[in-house]
Amino acid sequence: MTTPTLYDVHAIRAQFPILSREVHGKPLAYFDSAASAQKPQAVIDAQARYLSHTHSNIHRGVHALAQEATEAYEGAREIVRAHLGAASTREILFVGGTTDGINLVAQTWGRANLGEGDCIVLTRMEHHSNIVPWQMLALECGFDIHVVELNPDGTLDGDQFEQHLARGPKLVAFTHVSNALGTVNDVKHWTTRAHDAGATVLVDGAQSVPHLAVNVQELGVDFYTFSGHKTYGPTGIGILYGREALLDAMPPWRGGGEMIGTVSFENGTTYNELPYKFEAGTPHISGGIALGAALDWMNGVGMASLTAHEHVLTQHAHAQLESIDGMRFIGTAPCKAGVVSFLIEGVHPYDLGTLLDQLGIAVRTGHHCTEPLMDKLGIPGTVRASFGAYNTVAEIDRLAEAVARAAAMLR
Amino acid sequence: MASVIDERQAEIADEFAMFGDWMEKYEHIISLGRDLAPMDESDKVDDNLIKGCQSRVWLAARKGDDGHVRFTADSDAIITKGLVALMVRTLSDAPAADIAGANLSFLDEIGLHSHLSPTRSNGLQAMVKQMKLYGLAFTAGA
Repeated sequence: MTTPTLYDVHAIRAQFPILSREVHGKPLAYFDSAASAQKPQAVIDAQARYLSHTHSNIHRGVHALAQEATEAYEGAREIVRAHLGAASTREILFVGGTTDGINLVAQTWGRANLGEGDCIVLTRMEHHSNIVPWQMLALECGFDIHVVELNPDGTLDGDQFEQHLARGPKLVAFTHVSNALGTVNDVKHWTTRAHDAGATVLVDGAQSVPHLAVNVQELGVDFYTFSGHKTYGPTGIGILYGREALLDAMPPWRGGGEMIGTVSFENGTTYNELPYKFEAGTPHISGGIALGAALDWMNGVGMASLTAHEHVLTQHAHAQLESIDGMRFIGTAPCKAGVVSFLIEGVHPYDLGTLLDQLGIAVRTGHHCTEPLMDKLGIPGTVRASFGAYNTVAEIDRLAEAVARAAAMLR
Repeated sequence: MASVIDERQAEIADEFAMFGDWMEKYEHIISLGRDLAPMDESDKVDDNLIKGCQSRVWLAARKGDDGHVRFTADSDAIITKGLVALMVRTLSDAPAADIAGANLSFLDEIGLHSHLSPTRSNGLQAMVKQMKLYGLAFTAGA
């Protein structure tokens, strides 16, 4: 671990304009980065600069703006490729976000490869985004879904994972980091095991890319997807990485401009090469460029220092909250990233969230789009504090004090 | 002549005007939640459940011989329950037609209007709608 003292959190905070605002007359303490991270000035500027200086439709244009816009957009694709350690930009698809990325895989690879008698493996900790697209497809195509349950600390039940792999699933789809529990899964290990069992592997990286250095080739995954807005970039843009051989073999999903080779009523239509085959229509150009700026910004901070800083915050939050009467942490895996989820005996999460809001503290309460997990745990939801590059130890002390104060009012 | 519902709203606004800060206000809401007359367990059934995303609210209504509608309600979250208590206090034991046509302005006056927003997902907005529907149904002689 790098020394956290080298990390100048105040210099980082100063780059986020929103963090200087007040909420209910109190300084904002933002602990909801797992839902969406705030944006540094560099990202805001990149998007504004593009819109005020460079904008035009990309590709196929002969004029200067079209070329500059194309270069900026394709430049962002290269930034993403380098950030993920992918072999080629042909493997980097711009999509709407993680949800969109998973739906793309379900509707193309899934539709082409999954049928009656097949099975896939998901886990209990998946976000609805990595459950519902498969359920919808299963209804149409008739394959089975097997679910890996969790150990009491919120880690995957490895024995059961192996048992499900022994069924010979066609696909194993799981999250890198749990949005509700913070658990970091051993992607490399489970990808190897899934490949040994003959399965294709999709990993939901929505909660990992904001916190950890990710190298898709090192992990060995087939598909990896994440959202721009959780990595300090804009909403409405995200990435789907896919191994070139797989993407090549997959049929296109959405039809339209950009994704075609030639279009003819008489001779039929041919499709464009990768990655454009999957990018029908004019994309979110400014979003893609700003996503590139966001990854540049994260790399400027340094992924290792970012991970180390957030580790300190998570540890500190556990230590400070632990002493509060009735505190129950939901998710105590040895390896966690960016999230502390909890309940206080006799206190409804909604009430606690409401009072914390009055104190200027933004947390998320509820089921965090993981209803199957909450049902299994027998709880209606949790209070979740999630951390980003800009959170401070002092803010966490404020959170712990506020939770204690609110809990005393509510009990 | 002001309706009984408007008189009650004015009374609540006066009551909340006494509080200096949000803490006192919320402490009062919490105590109203604690003091809300308990709902019969037999009424706490799924048919009477108003599904908010996060906090659950139960609501039951009966029409008395005097033509007034009486509500009982509960919630699993105490702040929501306090707000539920304010709604019951305002609308219960009033003529059905008055309930159906009630203009609930008191939440604005006491600075709690945001709790009625659908984004709060607390079931309160759906509860008010349901109370008015009961008012309408009982006006029609149900």
